[in-house]
Amino acid sequence: MSLLELDDVSVIYRIASGEVPAVRGVSLSLDSGAALGVAGESGSGKSTLAMALLRLLPRDARVGGRILLDGEDVLTMKWGRMRAVRWAEASIVFQGAQHGLNPVRRVGDQIAEPLLVHNLAKPDAARKRVAELLEQVGLPAWRARSYPHELSGGQRQRVMIAMALACSPRLIIADEPTTALDVMVQAQVLTLIKELVAEHGISLIMISHDLSVLADVCDQLAVMYAGRVVEHGPSHEVFHDARHPYSRALAAAFPTVGDPVSRLAPKGLGGDPPDPMQLPTGCSFHPRCPVALDECATMDVELWAAGAGRTAACVHVQEAS
Amino acid sequence: MTSPAAARRRLALSRFWADFRTHRGGMAGLVTLVVAVALALVAPLFISADVTSVVSGTGERWAPPSLSEPFGTDESGRSILLMVWWGSRTSLLIGFLAALLSVVIGLVVGVAAGHFRGWLGGALMRVTDWFLVLPSLVTALVLAAILGGSTFTIIMAIGITTWPATARLIRAQTLAVEARPYIERSKALGAGHWHITTRHVLPNVAPLLLASTTLEVASAIVTESTLAFLGASANKTSWGTMLRASYDFGAATQGAWWYILIPGLAILAVVMAFTLVGRALEAVLNPRLRRAA
Amino acid sequence: MTETQAAAEAVSTTRPTLLEARDLHVEFASRGRRARAVDGVNLAIGAGEIVALVGESGCGKTTLARTLLGLERPTSGEVRYGGNVLDYRSKALKAYRRQVQLVLQDPMGSLNPRQTVYEAVAEGPRIHGLPDEREVVTTALSRAGLRPPDRFFLRYPHELSGGQRQRVVIAGALALDPKVLIADEPVASLDASVRGEILALLLRLRADLGLSALVVTHDLGLAWNIADRVAVMYLGRIVESGPVEQVLTAPRHPYTQALMSVLPESPERVVLTGEPPDPTRIPGGCRFHARCQVLASGKAAEAGVDGKCRSELLQILPAVPEAQAACHYAALSQPGA
Repeated sequence: MSLLELDDVSVIYRIASGEVPAVRGVSLSLDSGAALGVAGESGSGKSTLAMALLRLLPRDARVGGRILLDGEDVLTMKWGRMRAVRWAEASIVFQGAQHGLNPVRRVGDQIAEPLLVHNLAKPDAARKRVAELLEQVGLPAWRARSYPHELSGGQRQRVMIAMALACSPRLIIADEPTTALDVMVQAQVLTLIKELVAEHGISLIMISHDLSVLADVCDQLAVMYAGRVVEHGPSHEVFHDARHPYSRALAAAFPTVGDPVSRLAPKGLGGDPPDPMQLPTGCSFHPRCPVALDECATMDVELWAAGAGRTAACVHVQEAS
Repeated sequence: MTSPAAARRRLALSRFWADFRTHRGGMAGLVTLVVAVALALVAPLFISADVTSVVSGTGERWAPPSLSEPFGTDESGRSILLMVWWGSRTSLLIGFLAALLSVVIGLVVGVAAGHFRGWLGGALMRVTDWFLVLPSLVTALVLAAILGGSTFTIIMAIGITTWPATARLIRAQTLAVEARPYIERSKALGAGHWHITTRHVLPNVAPLLLASTTLEVASAIVTESTLAFLGASANKTSWGTMLRASYDFGAATQGAWWYILIPGLAILAVVMAFTLVGRALEAVLNPRLRRAA
Repeated sequence: MTETQAAAEAVSTTRPTLLEARDLHVEFASRGRRARAVDGVNLAIGAGEIVALVGESGCGKTTLARTLLGLERPTSGEVRYGGNVLDYRSKALKAYRRQVQLVLQDPMGSLNPRQTVYEAVAEGPRIHGLPDEREVVTTALSRAGLRPPDRFFLRYPHELSGGQRQRVVIAGALALDPKVLIADEPVASLDASVRGEILALLLRLRADLGLSALVVTHDLGLAWNIADRVAVMYLGRIVESGPVEQVLTAPRHPYTQALMSVLPESPERVVLTGEPPDPTRIPGGCRFHARCQVLASGKAAEAGVDGKCRSELLQILPAVPEAQAACHYAALSQPGA
């Protein structure tokens, strides 16, 4: 059975000038021990979706639909239960490891904090657990005594991951975990995340704008545009043979070095991401779509079957099937 | 080109005004200030410096507030109401000019110290720190005593002792602005010191400066009153010299509470008004505070 | 392979050097120690050529870019433009600014939030007192792909999308009609779909205006997308350079090989160990030897160069267009290079 199930989830921000639909009817599911990548650019709703999973959104956001974690609806949970879930079952790793850590406390204490707060361990046991966690993320145990500023960016991101692992969660949500890290360090962090998924059976939702990174780490890929999933399927297939023109553009944005097609030919999409308050009619992608048809401006698109285990919200897919 | 740009600026201004209007304290302060300044400006149309003259005091001495003398009279039979009205001219003038002097020195030193990081900036900050640790009231008192009492020297004394706080504030803001990448871009475009400080730094410190100026005026008025009370005065009737006189002539022992209370309340009202306006300006202009609100 | 080599020769013969760094050193005081941020660099950018400068953060690539722009003064060595040594007197430097322009990573931060698009683009022409300001701004905006230009004049940066902001920054540089653009991570903070458009713009500017560019990046894919030549920098020095096709398909320096291996598509991953590079403590011998996977695997010892790797300094690479690598081990396989 699936660990996490999203059923028609929507998020609307209420601001002074009206309502902003950030996520518009997303349904996804994640099996235990699987890794799902969510791709999209800023404003696509991918980070909002991640925050909604643990009810971390600000108060002016209204969440609709159902989010089932182990069969329990996150949206109707009591606060106390929600807090327990946040530590023990699902935890989140944010982007920008610089701000996620308290600069005046040793990292060991910060990793141990949830264990002690929730009475999951005595101080001695907690210290042992911290050493274990640091080792798991590839840092020496003595690093527990370091302050955040004594660590490099990659080491800080490892500490953040160790914090997320502290209470042995079953699900980790990683929001752009490697943005702002150097290529070499990024590779190390990605390798670490892959190992955690493979060896400890932890489920992962990873969010990024870089399709190639997601394809590398995750089994399944969901591409979001303007608050909706526009393509979903096994990650290598989505990356190498995208059915939706937007996924194709994202995949082409990060070229394969050595591929003569992309040499001196950077590919991008014209136009800009749509304003969520003034979404285009029909398919929201049609104003930027290189293969748009006349009917795209008016017809409603939905996720149509696009091969084995794949779906895509494009009229060309519907025609093909 | 100019007309749409001007239209945009007008729009920004009207947005600012709409924001400001939502601050009730700020609006109350603004109304008080406008009334006070208008009264001070029109005073010569109705009365003259004669109201402060001991010889022209016509009324009864130490008269309590009554219908004919709403705020009573002093030891020479002068009207407290008219004296407070006339005295507001000196108090407000000193308040505004001293604040202006302090803010101008603070701005120049602060921007220079923030912009020139080398020895010049260091030296300017040492000087600022030196002035900052000087007990400003004592220094002002000494300066006023040495230079002799005139409106000009009081303004100088207050201005010279209060600028370091502004300089510190402006320097911090200048450093923050200069760390922004658009300064680097501007340098790469060929901008010199003058261009960077006037086109990029000044517009960014201006809102902060405006808010701090209003607070500065309030504190200058208080300082003027304090100096006058301590004996260093402009030899003209101001709210401070009135308080001093009430003390000198033993208003308290005479039971003439109105002589102490009325100038005191005038100071309180104007200072309060400036502070309210300053706080409201700060809240409207400082985006960080605005977001928190 | 022969085709790419022919292309490389074409590069070297047809493009005269425009901007050049000669034996450039830049040092800083950093926490009481001297940091050698740029430690001996020769680099030449030809007219109409796009060169990618690749390296990790802290390798000195941004310092090198700033020094080439004249924003930083070299401790020793020189920057040459059009054959003349850069003059740091303010008047000469101001004239130099019209030739070499800067595009920064974060377009939101690169624009003063209180200035309109028109004011931001007109800043350069105003500083230099150029005539026909409006005409210049209009042309620059439309060259940067913001059309029709007058629709953007009165917009503020926060009203634009990330891609549009970066176009405004590029327009601001173009307004001075420069010959060289130095772009520091020009697309790193942009959305994936916009990225390609901005890179395509740089290529178009080269085609239309003959603009040269030095693109500073950590992204090898970007180099593959737009650059003619690539220079890989490690700890203040260029360790490998040459035509993109050669360096990125057959890297010879172990550091370049490691960078290539961590790209998502690569079959085998070399993850470097050891401390991250610190410009205040540059190791002796080959500066990469402490982290070098070829040395660690014993291959260098087999070839008998391990002693040299640890103790013998490498020559500073000259500014030539041909592929070259500063590595004792790589030198064995190609004694001529």
